[in-house]
Amino acid sequence: MAIPHPVPFGPLARRAAFATPDAGRGAAPAEDPYRSSVTLTVNGTPHRLTLDNRTTLLDALREHLHLTGSKKGCDHGQCGACTCTVNGTRINTCLSLAVMHDGDRIETIEGLGSAQALSPMQQAFVARDGFQCGYCTPGQIQSACAVLEEIRANIPSHVTADLTAPVQITEAEIRERMSGNLCRCGAYANILAAIRDVAEAQA
Amino acid sequence: MKPFSYHRASDAAQAVARAAELPGARFIAGGTNLLDLMKLGIEAPAHLIDVNGLGLDQITETPAGGLRIGTLVSNTALSADDRVRRDYPLLTRAIAAGASGQLRNKATTGGNLLQRTRCPYFYDTAMPCNKRLPGSGCAASTPGAVTRPLGVIGTSQACLATHPSDMAVALRALDAEVGTLSADGARREIPLESFHRLPGAMPEHDTVLRPGELITHVTLPAPVGGRQLYHKVRDRASYAFALVSVALILQPDGTGRVALGGVAPKPWRRPEADAALPRGAGAVMERLLEGARPLSGNAFKIPLATRTLAALLKEAA
Repeated sequence: MAIPHPVPFGPLARRAAFATPDAGRGAAPAEDPYRSSVTLTVNGTPHRLTLDNRTTLLDALREHLHLTGSKKGCDHGQCGACTCTVNGTRINTCLSLAVMHDGDRIETIEGLGSAQALSPMQQAFVARDGFQCGYCTPGQIQSACAVLEEIRANIPSHVTADLTAPVQITEAEIRERMSGNLCRCGAYANILAAIRDVAEAQA
Repeated sequence: MKPFSYHRASDAAQAVARAAELPGARFIAGGTNLLDLMKLGIEAPAHLIDVNGLGLDQITETPAGGLRIGTLVSNTALSADDRVRRDYPLLTRAIAAGASGQLRNKATTGGNLLQRTRCPYFYDTAMPCNKRLPGSGCAASTPGAVTRPLGVIGTSQACLATHPSDMAVALRALDAEVGTLSADGARREIPLESFHRLPGAMPEHDTVLRPGELITHVTLPAPVGGRQLYHKVRDRASYAFALVSVALILQPDGTGRVALGGVAPKPWRRPEADAALPRGAGAVMERLLEGARPLSGNAFKIPLATRTLAALLKEAA
């Protein structure tokens, strides 16, 4: 199949193909149909970027905004290491194009807490030893926070017994809802304990 | 990934007009399946038309007493809707059985129906696949192939893949219709029964949608009541595709409906099988899976489907 325009090779070409901060709104797309401008509000700060259309939200966060807390595990939505919240909802940022998030509010692990001021879920993961290598941990913590919100919002899950009653925070509910986050170290039992701690503290 | 141009549409008419102008364009909403396939080089659209701005994200009541589900309603929102939970619990159960929380948050109603049928060899670009590259052959049909996840009925010599959606199995049992819009303004209401097509000699076409035709909504008829149960059997407890899934609607008089997932290239239901419900699971499956062509690695799906239905009938009684 014919490639519609020359594909650059090598590190310099690759750098040229990726984003640079863009001052002129919408200027780049008119010149290059394969790039678009987008404003992402990440952890409260707006960023104007002009990106290759192929850039995923995960790569925009990591490679362009240098927020490397969100991790690339499988890059196919199977492992959950890239999980962030967009407009308050957790998604796999590896399976979403950055240019499709113009105007969206994105929260990454960097926005949740800092080494000096850990959020309650981060504290609980430390207290319960909810990780080993730590690679999946940002995604686990992002999902964990969202899971408790989703239960409070009365969103049903596969293990919810009664669809017409308010959903309860139970171990089975947490396990089921965390199934999109894999941990190859097998820290699941401690992750579950950390989430239960936070749920109980918030109750 | 191949480079593509990116376009945002602000209403349905604009989206279909844009698609008509741009040959090789694909609509993108949640993107959870399309982007996955683009990364693997299995899909390579020249243009993407982002339909997230179309405003088709509402669930409204129809004059017939049913629900009209906008194509952009997320799987999570649909499963959590109070009317769906109360009147169509089968749909909530099926959606909640599929994918992960993150994916359900992003995946849309229309996009869920347009997931490509699954087979490990469709995803393995080193192997021949008539669906991915028409005429290249079917790696799943070669001796020694992994056949455990493949279809047992409705498949063809050219393709053995199954449709992966849980939601679609429930929609099939609920007699849903798929509303579409084309660039010439034509609108269609396609019964879900005839929305997905069997592969035959052309497995590259999963549905009857024409190029550039856009799903705008899915319509549910008025609630049918009864006990509504969905059971998915899979290789792990969560976040896995069905080996077999069974949707059951059972009325107090013993009549009802049965649809299967994981066994065919489309949600699988037959009226003559529904009619056999009062005579039990075996009688239903004899009719529902008549003509099945199981392989050594997936023949277990037939007794598994029968036993799963038997368990559901017991639970519903």
